[in-house]
Amino acid sequence: MRVRTGTRKDEVLVKMLHGQGLYLEEHDAFRRTVRAVVEKEILPFVKEWEAREEFPRELFTRFAELGFLGLKYPVEYGGSAAGELYEAVLLEELGRCGSGGVSAGLGAQFTISTGPIHQFGTDAQKHRWLAPAIRGEKIGALGITEPDAGSDVAGLRTTARRDGDSYVLNGSKTYITNGVRADFVVLAAKTDPSAGHKGLSMVVVEKGTPGFSVGRKLDKLGWRASDTAELFFEDCRVPAENLLGGEGQGFAQIMGNFQWERLSLALGAVGAMEDMLETVLAHVKSRRAFGQSLHQFQVVRHKLAELFTARESARQLTYHALRLHVAGEWAVAQTSMAKKVATETCCRVADECLQLHGGAGYMMEYDIQRHWRDARLGPIGGGTSEVMNEIIAKQLGL
Amino acid sequence: MKILVTAKRVEDPESKIKVKPDGSGIVQEGLKYKINPFDEIGVEEGLRLVAKHQGEVVVVSIGGKEVQEQLRHALAMGAHRAVWVNHTGPVDQLGIAALLQKVVEKEQPDLVILGKQSIDDDQNQVGQYLAEFLGWGQATFASKVESMESEQEKNKVPAIVLTADKKSVQVIREVDNGLATVECQLPAVVTTDLRLNQPRYASLPGIMKAKSKPIEELTPAKLSVDVTPAIQVLKMSSPPARKAGIKVADVPALVEKLHNEAKVV
Repeated sequence: MRVRTGTRKDEVLVKMLHGQGLYLEEHDAFRRTVRAVVEKEILPFVKEWEAREEFPRELFTRFAELGFLGLKYPVEYGGSAAGELYEAVLLEELGRCGSGGVSAGLGAQFTISTGPIHQFGTDAQKHRWLAPAIRGEKIGALGITEPDAGSDVAGLRTTARRDGDSYVLNGSKTYITNGVRADFVVLAAKTDPSAGHKGLSMVVVEKGTPGFSVGRKLDKLGWRASDTAELFFEDCRVPAENLLGGEGQGFAQIMGNFQWERLSLALGAVGAMEDMLETVLAHVKSRRAFGQSLHQFQVVRHKLAELFTARESARQLTYHALRLHVAGEWAVAQTSMAKKVATETCCRVADECLQLHGGAGYMMEYDIQRHWRDARLGPIGGGTSEVMNEIIAKQLGL
Repeated sequence: MKILVTAKRVEDPESKIKVKPDGSGIVQEGLKYKINPFDEIGVEEGLRLVAKHQGEVVVVSIGGKEVQEQLRHALAMGAHRAVWVNHTGPVDQLGIAALLQKVVEKEQPDLVILGKQSIDDDQNQVGQYLAEFLGWGQATFASKVESMESEQEKNKVPAIVLTADKKSVQVIREVDNGLATVECQLPAVVTTDLRLNQPRYASLPGIMKAKSKPIEELTPAKLSVDVTPAIQVLKMSSPPARKAGIKVADVPALVEKLHNEAKVV
């Protein structure tokens, strides 16, 4: 970007002009590393993994080896305590890998499933689940959504009844990312079914516990490289020490965890939009119609101007929410706004980019169709846009 | 073992290079830069050698303050410290080699590793000039026999072999009819080919550590080198756009075109 003549060419200002004021030089260096990893170790295999509806388990260990699974977690559990901004960089760059499924499966590991253990777990619990998850040895999943309730967590029906030294779990979960392969599931269940949202708690269930079974792998429109499952609990007995924090704290824990999940979805959408727009820019420059390149048509030029503007707005709102979050603010409204705007913009950008590809856009061999399918999950997962609106309205005091 | 490795800042091959309308250079606005890939291979080889034989990898780059980005990259890969020759004006290959000669005299490394060429102007000269200026032996285009999927590569075994008496290095280089192994007395200059190794990523701990690793600033004046270029770039221009080919009806028509139009037969 050019600096206006006569203005002070201050480095911080120049970075701000680029909308990058959030990240420091070392974050940029880390971004280059992640980008190289994505280009060499993910992109060449995306089509294969999408067709197989699974990415190899070794990708978790590889990511662990690179230190990507514990960026914000303490050193004593194998993390690097580098902070959330590094993870934000990772999420953005994973958004560019062209497979929502790969980024979702990996993301579920280092964001939503391990987040509550890090935040609310005891030292023993962290050694048991967080440390092996950071090492990529155990795959984690977060189990909140049920067939009859999702964002309305007070309406969850899975119960965890205290019986001596254990909890007995009954109920079912659905749409659980990593559910089929998960070695442990961080589960939301009612320890007091009569107390509404105050009766919610979070309990960790390990694979192989009698009474815990994984139903079918769900067939999805997009995110096809990630495994998504239904989970069933029938008199499933887990030790009482598997409770995270105290009984009845589940609601606050879930709400807290949602913030980073929503930011991660917004950041992934920003990365995906960058990838799509780069691809479409190359396409309109090379594709010719009626004797000229597509990009010479005013209608295409203006369309691209709009799409880049939309992406930039979404990115800046996301960065704003991220800044507040990293600074320790309880930025519920801004995070919900960013999640909604970024994921919805991503859908629109995907749709318009597919349109600009013409007939090729409808063909499975082109990447844009996958972006188009993957993007559609954005305004649904982690709380729908309608739920985001409700949260924003509530923050307005309505 | 002390190893000096170069880290030139070059245009990212992924970015689109455009020549300025007046032919005075390329349009730099919006361009991305990275470390010359051949130099990156050199850094990797240096790190592997030092991991095996102990010692220190010092990286050097010449340019404005932006080259610190490439030095930091090499430091984040694991190099121990950096030397930055601050120079923003024009300089040619002889000037670069002269500056490097002074840095070498100051640092006294056992080995200097450079990329065989930089991917921006593909000169392939600095390594050879430097060896000549220093009066050292040189082994150019260092390569290796094993594939990039081999155990040696996975275990990061250096391809440049230090002899048992630690007084020479053996380097494999690709030649027209196969591979040649050359032995070169230390201190020596080695330039890297593409198939020497696969450079590691800069890890997060590496990136963090790199922040506190020292970068020593030097200038051509401090090194008493006159870098006035002997070579002048008169003009840059894009290669002419390729024209569409044509189909000829038969062999006689082809021969006729080759003879009369292309004038090659």
